[in-house]
Amino acid sequence: MTTEHTADPAAPIFRFGSFLRRGEASPDTRQIFLTGGRDADTFYRDRWSHDKIVRSTHGVNCTGSCSWNVYVKDGVITWETQAVDYPSTGPDMPEYEPRGCPRGAAFSWYTYSPTRIRYPYVRGVLLDAYRAAKARLGDPVLAWRDVVENPVTSSAYKRARGKGGLVRSSWAEATEIAAAAHVYTIKRYGPDRLAGLSVIPAMSMISYGAGSRFYELLGGTMLSFYDWYADLPVASPQVFGDQTDVPESGDWFNAGYLMMWGSNIPVTRTPDAHFMTEARYHGQKVVGISPDYADSTKFADEWLRISPGTDGALAMAMGHVILSEFHVRERTPYFLQYMTRFTDSPFLIRLKARDNAFVPGKFLVAADVATGGVVEPSSSAVRDETLASTPHAAFRPLVWDRVGGIADPGGTLADHYGPEGEGRWNLDLSGVDPVLSISELPGAEPVELLLPRFDLPGAAGQGSVGAGVVRRGVPAVRVGDEYLTTVYDVLLAQYAVGREGLPGEWPKGYDDATVPATPAWQEELTGVPAAAAERIGREFARNAEQTGGRSMIVMGAGTNHFFHSDEIYRTFLALTTMCGTQGVNGGGWAHYVGQEKVRPLTGWAQHAFALDWHRPPRQMISAGFFYLLTDQWRYDGTPVARLASPLSEGSLDGLTTADTLVESMKRGWMPSFPTFSRSSLLLGQEAREAGVDPQDWVVSQLKSGDLRFACEDPDDPENFPRILTSWRTNLLGSHAKGAEFFYRHVLGTDSAAQAEEVPEERRPKHMTWRETAAAGKIDLLLTLDFRNTSTTLYSDIVLPAATWYEKSDLSSTDMHPFVHAFDAAIDPPWEARTDFQTFQTLAALVSQLAARHLGVQTDVVAAPIAHDSPDEFANPGGVVPDIATVGLVPGVTMPKLIVTERDYTAILDKFNTIGPLADGAGMMTKGVRFSPHREIAALGRLNGTAEGGPGDGRPLVDTDAKAADMVLALSGTTNGRLAAEGFADLARRTGTELASLAEGSEDRRITFADLQAHGPQPVVTSPEWSGSEHGGRRYSAFVVNIEHSRPFHTLTGRQHYYLDHDWMRDMGESLPVFRPPLDLHHLYGEAAVGSTGSAPGGEAQVAVRYLTPHNKWSIHSQYFDNLHMLTLGRGGQTIWMSPADADKVGVRDNDWIEATNRNGVVVARAVVSHRMPEGTVFMYHAQERTMGTPLSETSGKRGGVHNSLTRVLIKPSHLIGGYAQQTYAFNYIGPTGNQRDEVTLIRRRSQEVQF
Amino acid sequence: MKVMAQIAMVMNLDKCIGCHTCSVTCKQAWTNRTGAEYMWFNNVETRPGVGYPHTWEDQDTWHGGWARTKKGRLKPRSGGRLARLAKIFANPDLPELVDYYEPWSYEYDKLLSAPKDSAAFPVARPVSQITGKPMDKITWGPNWDDDLGGSTETMSQDPVLAQMNLDVRTEIEQTFMFYLPRICEHCLNPTCVAACPSGAMYKRAEDGIVLVDQDRCRGWRMCVSSCPYKKVYFNHTTGKAEKCTLCYPRLEAGQPTICSETCVGRLRYLGVLLYDADRVGEAAAVEDPQDLYPAQRSVLLDPYDPQVVAAARRDGVPESWIQAAQDSPIWALIDTYEVALPLHPEYRTLPMVWYIPPLSPVVDQVTASGNDGEDHKILLTALSTMRIPLEYLAGLFTAGDTRPVERSLRRLAAMRSYMRDVNLGGAGDEDIAGAVGMSGAQVEDMYRLLAIAKYDDRYVIPTTHPETPRGIAALGQDVSDLIGAGDGSPEACSVSTFHGQSTLRMTSRGRAAAAASAASQPSTPGRVNLLDWGGDEHASGLFPPAPSEGSDR
Repeated sequence: MTTEHTADPAAPIFRFGSFLRRGEASPDTRQIFLTGGRDADTFYRDRWSHDKIVRSTHGVNCTGSCSWNVYVKDGVITWETQAVDYPSTGPDMPEYEPRGCPRGAAFSWYTYSPTRIRYPYVRGVLLDAYRAAKARLGDPVLAWRDVVENPVTSSAYKRARGKGGLVRSSWAEATEIAAAAHVYTIKRYGPDRLAGLSVIPAMSMISYGAGSRFYELLGGTMLSFYDWYADLPVASPQVFGDQTDVPESGDWFNAGYLMMWGSNIPVTRTPDAHFMTEARYHGQKVVGISPDYADSTKFADEWLRISPGTDGALAMAMGHVILSEFHVRERTPYFLQYMTRFTDSPFLIRLKARDNAFVPGKFLVAADVATGGVVEPSSSAVRDETLASTPHAAFRPLVWDRVGGIADPGGTLADHYGPEGEGRWNLDLSGVDPVLSISELPGAEPVELLLPRFDLPGAAGQGSVGAGVVRRGVPAVRVGDEYLTTVYDVLLAQYAVGREGLPGEWPKGYDDATVPATPAWQEELTGVPAAAAERIGREFARNAEQTGGRSMIVMGAGTNHFFHSDEIYRTFLALTTMCGTQGVNGGGWAHYVGQEKVRPLTGWAQHAFALDWHRPPRQMISAGFFYLLTDQWRYDGTPVARLASPLSEGSLDGLTTADTLVESMKRGWMPSFPTFSRSSLLLGQEAREAGVDPQDWVVSQLKSGDLRFACEDPDDPENFPRILTSWRTNLLGSHAKGAEFFYRHVLGTDSAAQAEEVPEERRPKHMTWRETAAAGKIDLLLTLDFRNTSTTLYSDIVLPAATWYEKSDLSSTDMHPFVHAFDAAIDPPWEARTDFQTFQTLAALVSQLAARHLGVQTDVVAAPIAHDSPDEFANPGGVVPDIATVGLVPGVTMPKLIVTERDYTAILDKFNTIGPLADGAGMMTKGVRFSPHREIAALGRLNGTAEGGPGDGRPLVDTDAKAADMVLALSGTTNGRLAAEGFADLARRTGTELASLAEGSEDRRITFADLQAHGPQPVVTSPEWSGSEHGGRRYSAFVVNIEHSRPFHTLTGRQHYYLDHDWMRDMGESLPVFRPPLDLHHLYGEAAVGSTGSAPGGEAQVAVRYLTPHNKWSIHSQYFDNLHMLTLGRGGQTIWMSPADADKVGVRDNDWIEATNRNGVVVARAVVSHRMPEGTVFMYHAQERTMGTPLSETSGKRGGVHNSLTRVLIKPSHLIGGYAQQTYAFNYIGPTGNQRDEVTLIRRRSQEVQF
Repeated sequence: MKVMAQIAMVMNLDKCIGCHTCSVTCKQAWTNRTGAEYMWFNNVETRPGVGYPHTWEDQDTWHGGWARTKKGRLKPRSGGRLARLAKIFANPDLPELVDYYEPWSYEYDKLLSAPKDSAAFPVARPVSQITGKPMDKITWGPNWDDDLGGSTETMSQDPVLAQMNLDVRTEIEQTFMFYLPRICEHCLNPTCVAACPSGAMYKRAEDGIVLVDQDRCRGWRMCVSSCPYKKVYFNHTTGKAEKCTLCYPRLEAGQPTICSETCVGRLRYLGVLLYDADRVGEAAAVEDPQDLYPAQRSVLLDPYDPQVVAAARRDGVPESWIQAAQDSPIWALIDTYEVALPLHPEYRTLPMVWYIPPLSPVVDQVTASGNDGEDHKILLTALSTMRIPLEYLAGLFTAGDTRPVERSLRRLAAMRSYMRDVNLGGAGDEDIAGAVGMSGAQVEDMYRLLAIAKYDDRYVIPTTHPETPRGIAALGQDVSDLIGAGDGSPEACSVSTFHGQSTLRMTSRGRAAAAASAASQPSTPGRVNLLDWGGDEHASGLFPPAPSEGSDR
């Protein structure tokens, strides 16, 4: 140090400081160094000390499944930090540690928070009425009847919903009321009037399963969630025949090219975002596609700023470039080989004459090659003239073999079932060399096709909004009277990729904006520069070519929550398949929207749906359920014709979208619970008394008209669902699309719904219209939760639940390949109980009350035609049969009718033991059989067996930990023996080598104790899923299909571009096509986007697109009310808007605004930011109006939640069932609760607010 | 040469996703309690933006850090020590609560306790945690401008924009943003330590952690105003200063700080640096602020240099610490790869939390121009078209000199290009490495450190050496005898000490107001009103009742 420095006049003071502290001052006296500090700062050291750390995880709907350390001191949970205990990904990859996010890190706040529900609560009005009735009648069931059947008491407590007055009760009393309600409802209305709502089982499988097991044992209905959330990509069953199967996040690292398309990875996949940032260092190019400057945009090498909901146009243009350059011009061998073997491209389509041209028709199937059929078997164009006599010939689509002509390539749906298909259901193409394009044949003739388009300006009127027709040519081959072409040829036509000598309208070049599918065309729709669309498309393909398919699209809610998102997704998936990226590590689609993966699927399904005791379970499509329950159909009235193809052949004529739902349910395509206009127990009893088979009885009753489907008359009190129980979810604060209609019709309380009921001429044809809509349909809203939400505050009974740090459970996700445990850090405080304990308690009480009121009953279950079973053969050719002609045939033209005996006095016994069907009838998952005899025996030794009762001698599952052991022992992913057995079963069907996938894992058994002791454990590769983790490989979907020739679960056994069901064709969606967001202006009279005007009070208002993306400060509604998150956010409901839109209505940042449309009203504060595009606002979803939301000026009521501005809109093509991959399974297919097409008016409201 | 060891941190902003997990885990562990509600030892800022507290970088207002006099001497910008002592009771440079934010909570208990026949759906109104009064409209928070929220109102106030004379337009086409996580810099030349009149602030000799001695702090708050990073806070309940401790109880055990270990972006690195304590003052006083970055680097000592190693041994640096210094990812990122840069070196405190600047996407005008898309490398290295102006980053990290920032970004970009060839199955191109002054092997090593980034590579933390004489107690007389005992005794474990939520303890004025408010709005019978409960008296509703109370209403 220089002396100059020490000459500071303040030096004596510094030295004084060093006298005070006997440390060592630096020579210039500016610093003081002390050694240690351990006594002086005992505070921090003491705070850091803790008594134990418990490793657990979070049961929140983010599919994160992160590993957390929970710190406990003096019996108090103090905080959590992420555990770093994940199994390694190997030397050359980033690890999974330390997965987590700020929301999860704030979880312990809830444990002792003032929003914690500590005791059971009951609505006071109900409680008083019940107590009085009970005192009078003595019997809980009679008391419940007295309360709900008396219109005065009933409407009194229903009207009081959501208006305070919840009072503390005891467990004994609250559960007695709930149990009595269940018993009464079963007895009076039937078990399918009970609905259980719990979501995303993967996030806490046993807590889900405890409740669903309870409901399935009763014969109640479990409601779906994946489709309801609009997270289910309907394109997945359509294209892959699979619910959703995607790569683990670690596989992003393997991609050479990554498009983040409508997926805001840093916000919605926070724990895994690092794989994306790190993959860039690996030389990966990252492209971001979003309307706003999203958090993900920061990482993108390029940002394609797209107009919301127009993504399909961009993808079509990219496809146009890829098909033009790589398929037609360069003929990239890798791509063409992939198309031939793994997609439906080479399959033959029959062309149908229309207006001096043709339209694409049905697949040519073996049944068509018959004398007098489409193709004469003797024709020289046919390789095997016995095709028509092969099994399931109507489900055996055909190709054109290069040498022999029309031929069966094997591996189609026809080979999937039945003894003849054994060893043939594979993608080996043994002996068949299909042509991809008919142009390869010498006899090819050019013909002109008519194809629909939907990108034109909308108009009022009757016809399809914005639709038109384009003319394109394809090469076709004439066989007899029939013209045939391939899917590939039609695909090229659809993408406007011309080839020499073909008639029709073709673009002059990429810059020709007049023809759909060119880069210039998309620019006008999307706002993305044509050159960028062209180049990114080309790069995506070039990278795939260079890397053998390692190009990936991470796609998210930004594109998946639209009405037409199945079509949007099909345009994306087309990119992945035309570049050979599916089934390749580092490639393919990566759909991350509400996707879940219960890795130990088989055992979990047995437990959760009580399949060990009763089959089939009642499982329902929530969008259909709530559409009917909330009476939203009375405000809808959309004629299908307004949405259908201009080339429609009429299968949907005259129907409203509501009609199509009823149609689908009556045909057994979609489930329908409550099913009939009478109790399913009563039907059983009637049949018994009439001495006829219950199935015949029901059919005859339907034929006579004495019995109807409940969906035909949702406002008939006989048809109401009566009990709705929700746990692990927040229906009314998070996912009730059309929330205001829930309040009015489901709950019977105040609502701010603005819509009018539809006039007579627009009402559904197939439904009964009652002049007065029902209000307060539900008798009991029962909710289990640990915190207060909109749902608890509307509930009749609220039971205090244990948090994730207070119970045992299982967790897995598709984001990582591990399964792990919840472990209790403390016992549930106050009077909280685990969900398992609560449902066990209810099971006990119901069993007791049933002794007097129910006993043993015969239940007729109406089950939909089921996916992954021979049911898929129900509707040959995807033709919608005329019921009047073919009659009611259960399992073919109507639901299957299955009779099961329910002993209601034995619900607890069954709840507590593993029933005989698991090992007796065996377990089926996705068509693969598992036989767990050894495992059942071992579980008995491990966990004990029951004595007496129906479960005598059976293994106990009377605790959450034992249930977890059941799940783990009975699943291939956690039990190597079963995985090996499953692959052996599957190999018999495919005839291909599969055993190596489970090799070395046969002896692996993951038990619950292992998970508690050792943290996350890698799962075993199992036929329950389509990918492979074998040898420490990152999981990627469909790897087994591509590498081991396992067919996809589709009609052709391949990935589908083409869907030939009548309804698909009539919707104009046989092929990927661009469908813009719904034109609500012309459909419902909403203000046109961008228009401005005056509110009734004279304030300026602007019409904007209303999007509800995922929030940075919450996981749906969870954590939104957490003080830490509210502090880091803005402390209440907000709507993000652009400066331009804010200026139009005089709004500044943080001003109070109101947003209104036909559905309801929202009050929020504006966040004005230039990262938002003009014409679009974001209300990050599920912000929960419980936190500081004032009263609305518009309605005078509490400002609404984000779903006050949305509603359910039914898309007919989602309702297709009974045909190949378009066949129902739970959460696999169904109408979606899409909500991204909405428009809202925004205005600045008075800045004086009242609460 | 006097060799000292410091545990330093590097954050790779290029990987930061702005998730704030670090903030929350830190908050939960350290400042989730009475008097500390508004403190975020770790916070994350969206840049451009105003930060927390509001415009903390505006030293013309706050007078933090050091000023260099014409004679080349350093003095705190807040004035010399005598000047500061003179205004000790009226420190004019203190941020006020509004500059941080007024912490609030909600009447959560009103949700379940809403009386029958309420006119509207129950709601939990916001209330101040300071006064207990309703805050019907929250108007500021610790992260108000997150993700450019309210950019039209606040962004132009970003002091870096003013300092660099940058005009950033609020148009979506020009949007850029990145995140800046911040903790205490644990500076080599900390103004806060120099400014403390009580001698309560000190820098630990063995690891350089800057701490406040809670026993000795007298609450003068000179540290708050003199810290240019505004990372010392005043606990309004205990009357003591508090700050990031670099989680020393964890570091001593060889564990990374909480903010590091819980960083899901995996962007934080911790390790040992050796430095020459004799040259700190000199380096901090170089004339040109743009020389401060090289000057600070010159103070850092090469841990492989035998002379440095010998001197370190001589000066009592434990052998395991010397080893750790050699394995240090911090040394590699600062010196070997030269990608990490200090935050605001112009404050002359020689900060020890450094940053790798963020790459950013190219503007879409460029993509629209039809740049040669066949070659990924062109797009991966187009630094000139980055969205974030280099000048802005230079304003943060190099006192305005864009060259070091550009070198850092070029190296990151070159790594991506080089590794793309490797990813495609080829060999790396030495020319690419050479163009940024590196070898292919170095690029691959840097890639492993930045991308593969295994836990043990991110955190190289030697454990403490308790066998060495240490601890204030070992110094003998307790200095508190000289001045009087403090009030910072550790609290017992309770929900309130860890979750703050039963401790809406407030001023007597606030309590009175809250009590009045509570009286007019009855709460759940049997449940304590958390707004007026001080945490000291018995609260029957907060904890489970004794079994005899039963579960009846």
